[in-house]
Amino acid sequence: MLKMNHITKVFPGVKALDDVSIDISRGEIHALVGENGAGKSTLMKILSGAYTLDEGEIFIDGEKIENPSPAKMIEKGVAVIYQELMLLSHQTVAENIYLGRMPKNKFGKIDYKKMVADARVVLERLNLQLDPNEVVENLSVAKRQMVEIAKAMSRNAKIIVLDEPTAVLSDSELEGLFKIVKELSGQGITFIYISHRLKEIFELCTNLTIMKDGKKVESGEVGNYTSEVLVKRMVGRDMTDIYPKRNSQIGEPILKVKGLTRKGIINNVSFELRKGEILGIAGLAGAGRTEILRAIIGADPIDAGEIELEGKKVTFKNVKEAINAGFGIVPEERKTQGLMLKQDMVYNMTIPALKMYKNKFRKLNLQKEFEVTKKYIDTFHIRPNNPRVVSQFMSGGNQQKVVLAKWIAANCKILLVDEPTRGVDVGAKQEIYGILNELIANGLSIIMVSSELPELLGTCDRVMIMNEGEQTGILGIEECSEELIMSFATQ
Amino acid sequence: MEAESRTKNLKGNLVKLKTMGMLWALIIICVIAAIISPQFLKASNIVNVIRLVSINGIIAMGMTFVVLTGGVDLSVGAIVGVVAVAVAMLFQRNVPIVLAVAVGLVIGAVLGAINGLGVTKGKLAPFIMTLGSLTALQGVSLYLANGSPQNWRDTGIDFKFLGQGTLLGIPVPVYIFAAVFLISLYVLKYTEFGRNVYAVGDSREAARLSGINTKKVEALCFVITGFLSALSSIILISRLSVGEPTAGDGYELDALAMVYIGGCSTSGGSGSVVGTLIGAILLSVISNVLNLLGVSPFIQKVVKGLIIIGAVLLEKQGKKAKN
Repeated sequence: MLKMNHITKVFPGVKALDDVSIDISRGEIHALVGENGAGKSTLMKILSGAYTLDEGEIFIDGEKIENPSPAKMIEKGVAVIYQELMLLSHQTVAENIYLGRMPKNKFGKIDYKKMVADARVVLERLNLQLDPNEVVENLSVAKRQMVEIAKAMSRNAKIIVLDEPTAVLSDSELEGLFKIVKELSGQGITFIYISHRLKEIFELCTNLTIMKDGKKVESGEVGNYTSEVLVKRMVGRDMTDIYPKRNSQIGEPILKVKGLTRKGIINNVSFELRKGEILGIAGLAGAGRTEILRAIIGADPIDAGEIELEGKKVTFKNVKEAINAGFGIVPEERKTQGLMLKQDMVYNMTIPALKMYKNKFRKLNLQKEFEVTKKYIDTFHIRPNNPRVVSQFMSGGNQQKVVLAKWIAANCKILLVDEPTRGVDVGAKQEIYGILNELIANGLSIIMVSSELPELLGTCDRVMIMNEGEQTGILGIEECSEELIMSFATQ
Repeated sequence: MEAESRTKNLKGNLVKLKTMGMLWALIIICVIAAIISPQFLKASNIVNVIRLVSINGIIAMGMTFVVLTGGVDLSVGAIVGVVAVAVAMLFQRNVPIVLAVAVGLVIGAVLGAINGLGVTKGKLAPFIMTLGSLTALQGVSLYLANGSPQNWRDTGIDFKFLGQGTLLGIPVPVYIFAAVFLISLYVLKYTEFGRNVYAVGDSREAARLSGINTKKVEALCFVITGFLSALSSIILISRLSVGEPTAGDGYELDALAMVYIGGCSTSGGSGSVVGTLIGAILLSVISNVLNLLGVSPFIQKVVKGLIIIGAVLLEKQGKKAKN
């Protein structure tokens, strides 16, 4: 039902898509896989009409679409649901569903009654327990995603594109989403599904297309692939073990946390971090994992608890003090918390430790900054390798490498990393694990919060598990399994 | 290696300049001006163009700091008024010049600090906080001056040099403006504080998690703006030999026009004082050309307004083309 033939898109200096053709039948759940920068998003932006195509043609139900524009593609039944949801947070569910086409009477007055009733019908069709009058702001991310799907359905969408829909969902929310997607595909709706999580693709999708460097590698039925083959085709090389082997040289405790408490959020958390160790923190979303990190570095005030750094009791009034004491933070939201997106790599690389670049008149040595940045670009294979590239134009994996590198450049002793590989492709993941390994080999200590259990099992020395603000256990890696961690996380 | 990275650095800077289409606009306008009015390129006219922009330009330099953090300071004109009246009244009481000027500068900095505290401690939107202080301070200066201009003719104090004097044929305000520009440029490019200003405007949260005291940075930007407004006010009263309570009315809009024409982002995090300087000179050149052509001042206002809109539009188009 959807055919995209010989699509080519050129941006100044890059061929983002090179003669890509895909053919998708009605009711398919078609996965689009590939590393960051493979051209998946560009292809979808062409399908949505957001980008104009340089060459090629699009057919929907056999009809050739001339001059695709966003309005035209919506009319033809294409709906794209982006990872950053496009909802008005102060408006109600019904208002969002009917945004731009609210039912009106003949004087132009909006017919709220009809709108709410219509919205209710759409939501019921999707089996969603949602009040059309609820303000979107009050909904969880998962529910908001459902609102987006409802919006697409109310527009009679035939093709729904889901761009990394699960990156922000918990496991149970994920099940709900999958159920709806499967149901709708049974009703003849076609889905295009973009995700970095291979497990989901095998669980949900029927067909797939692999892309690499702006070209299509191949298409096929999901049943014909194993994850090893898929990864190999995606990255173009063998990736038998994405978690590099290492020899931990674990030393004395460097950080001791005793009875850390923030009322109603985390309760009486105690643990030690040893030199050269990676301590993982596992748990479901909302279990208080990120909050532990924030409490340690003084980003949030604590109600009780003691922190000892290298045998000395410390209290940090703000993040600045923690950083001066040797902490580094790789936050959960790379784009809003980790980077200054309007600035170039040099700027981002040196911002936590500008004092290292000052002369005695407090003048910054720009030359030195440039060289240090260049050094880390080479060490960590950051691409593009021009230090003057503005960070918003970099891929997620490379942005994350910059965030990691800036703390290493700042000579931090303890690195707190929160979901370090979220939204990052397989190749970059492996590189990030490699970087973490190199750091502990150099005597750093790391606390890592992650929702991906294989990642915790593959990189950590010990894993602490949180459940609703309570610490339910600390396990050595040799006794850990995904099942065991989940049982502690949900007990 | 060093030479290579240096040329790259230079290239990077040139690219940045190129993105400021305003520089080209300025050059083009100057060329046109030179063609239609032979007066334009005369040294005396060029000096005049820069002299005219000095007083507002100094404020615009301060405004650039605040705008870079993502804020705005509407109270600069009102601060000019308060300082003008205060310093003039000190002169009337025969307070020595140096002391009176120092007091004036301190008043500016303190008023800036109050804005800064309102924004950081009080968590008020800069627009609202400074709208409040704009209104209040206009009242303060009118009250102090009893609504009328304050002069110090009877005291024998000679305070003309800063506003009316020249050195080597160039007016003193131009030197001060140049110094303020160079210092601002240096601070933003070569100091930790300067970096932090950009960081706060780009992403407050990322800045905080990088160990930056964002409140301090933000508040300091308001102090700088207040201080520079006071400096500008002092040059103004020296030039006019009178302290008028309404002397600075509307200055906030002039300064913002210069900053935005110069390419600062309204959401903060990008822009530079070089841009602001170009914006300032551009506005001054245009009104100079229009004067030389004998265009009515009323029409001049229309032209200025269109240029503000046009400049930002052009900037946007340029960015699109680049992406």
